[in-house]
Amino acid sequence: MTTERMISLSPVDMAIIVIYFAMVLAIGFYLRRFAKSGEDFFLAGREMTAWVAGLSFLSANLGSLELLGWAGASYQYGILAAHWYWIGAIPAMLFLGIVMMPFYYISKTHSVPGYLQLRYGPAASGLSAISFALMTILMSGVNMYAMAVVMKVVLGWNIHFSIWVSSLTVGIYVAAGGLFSAIFNEVLQFFLIWFGALLIPILGLIETHGWAGMVSRIRNNFPGQDFTHAWSTLGSAQDNPMGMHWTGIVFGLGAIISMGYWTTDFLVVQRVLAAKDLRSAKLAPIIGSFFKMAVPLIVIVPGLIALAVLPFHLVPAGSALAGEHTYNDVLPLMMARYMGPGLLGLGITALVAGFMAGMAGNVSAFATVWTYDLYRPFLRKTASDAHYVSMGRWCTIVGLIVSIGAAYLVMGFDSIMDYVQALFSFFIAPLFGTVILGMLWKRTTAAGGFAGLLVGTLASVGMFLVVKFNPEALAIIAMSTHAKAMAEDMYRALWSWIICVLVTVVVSLMTKPKPDSELTGLVYGVTAIPSEGAVPLLQRPIFWAGVAVVLFVILQWIFW
Amino acid sequence: MDLLVTHMREKHHIIPVWFFVGVMLFAYGVLILGSGLAEWSNPPHTVLAELHAPVWWGALLTVIGAAYTLAFRPNRRS
Repeated sequence: MTTERMISLSPVDMAIIVIYFAMVLAIGFYLRRFAKSGEDFFLAGREMTAWVAGLSFLSANLGSLELLGWAGASYQYGILAAHWYWIGAIPAMLFLGIVMMPFYYISKTHSVPGYLQLRYGPAASGLSAISFALMTILMSGVNMYAMAVVMKVVLGWNIHFSIWVSSLTVGIYVAAGGLFSAIFNEVLQFFLIWFGALLIPILGLIETHGWAGMVSRIRNNFPGQDFTHAWSTLGSAQDNPMGMHWTGIVFGLGAIISMGYWTTDFLVVQRVLAAKDLRSAKLAPIIGSFFKMAVPLIVIVPGLIALAVLPFHLVPAGSALAGEHTYNDVLPLMMARYMGPGLLGLGITALVAGFMAGMAGNVSAFATVWTYDLYRPFLRKTASDAHYVSMGRWCTIVGLIVSIGAAYLVMGFDSIMDYVQALFSFFIAPLFGTVILGMLWKRTTAAGGFAGLLVGTLASVGMFLVVKFNPEALAIIAMSTHAKAMAEDMYRALWSWIICVLVTVVVSLMTKPKPDSELTGLVYGVTAIPSEGAVPLLQRPIFWAGVAVVLFVILQWIFW
Repeated sequence: MDLLVTHMREKHHIIPVWFFVGVMLFAYGVLILGSGLAEWSNPPHTVLAELHAPVWWGALLTVIGAAYTLAFRPNRRS
């Protein structure tokens, strides 16, 4: 183990970490007896309440990569980073709950590629399943590598030790309990992250004498720069540190990337599919949206407080000299600033839990998609349920081994967040075009869906490569010479979605549509949505979606 | 809280996840509270250490953890 570290842990901190590992393993072994059938192992028996599904749905996205990356992004870009939690999440989560969930749920699909199989047939489903499997494995590897780097930088732990210990633990508890284990640990992680990180903004705002004091200090430390307004600097790309125009945020992030991620990324949608009934499935993402709106408190505010209180400036990851800290170090630095023994262990455990839950979520989703969407339709169509469960357990182990390989592969990349964003826009934006057209427009055909998805994905990869080899092309794709990496991702997603939709529409109009009878339960207009019954207003998803919209608007107004 | 009381499992009678959350928070709360009390007269060199955050944060975790553990303990009569 190296001696270079930002934080030293005391025995009580180590005890807290050890208790966490013991707890997740014990839960995994306990849940093993309940994960016997395919529905149990892959969909947690479809019996989760709205609250469990909602917290798990949110936690699947609230990994440590998120926490560290966006805390760093908030130091770099200020409160603009909060858009990824507000317009970049809330409308999409509510749209999923109210508009899309009925179709996912009624069709009784086990996955998003499973829905595409029903709607478009094996070609689009296979393409989506392969791209999703690839993405989840890479994401799991990214999580693993990110965790190992953080543990090395923060605690001085050996990188290989972190990768192998975390993988082994995740492998054991997911292979044992399937989605049950993943969901249970995501709920634990939710509480750990909130209780582990909430002290930073509380103590930080006490130190700066409140929000106004913090803003005043930031202005003193960074004269002439605006880090605390979310919308008023987006009129021109050169007026804000992100180099972003508001159209990129609204259309690229809000309308495409976030819609694509929250409504078609099976990793998060799988949690809602595990809900016990349609009303719970609709409520789950709405419950998640309230907590999502609050996440900037523990992610974005610490970055802003760092701008106000740190006596030195942080630098980009690629340009740090010896003794300098990078943007991604914000959260560990703030932990070290405010947290003593015990609290530090809680904060570190929250990060470890976030990383491990991220890995668990990815490998459990990978196991489902591989078993149900690739192995069963293309390799072995008829086998017993027990055989598929066994395949799922082995898949978890194999997926983790491949993830470890991916972790070592991504060691060559400088910026983890850019890498993740690039991955999202390759697959997610075109997939959203394919799914949403399939759900809302009955004229969409199998050939159209497949062609749109394929061309949209290729267009996204193509744009990425063009900018990689000719950085000047960025000004064309992002429509501004001031555009930076984040803006590139937003606009690439927007273009690839538009290309996907155009190709899907054109090819669909040239090919023969399915009869309405084959679209029942899959498409708006030919599907009877089951009534929620005579439930009180306070139990209706649409009511809470309305409350979420009002809160969302108020937040935008406050931080305009 | 009423919504949380809804039992998660119907077919398998699995112990609710909230019980595990409670046990974890309680254990952490006791450890952090104990650590905070032990260092009361000799707080660590952190900013605002004089506020003794481990004491009140640990106490909060202990109370919430105990409440969840008791409310969702196995074999509790519903």
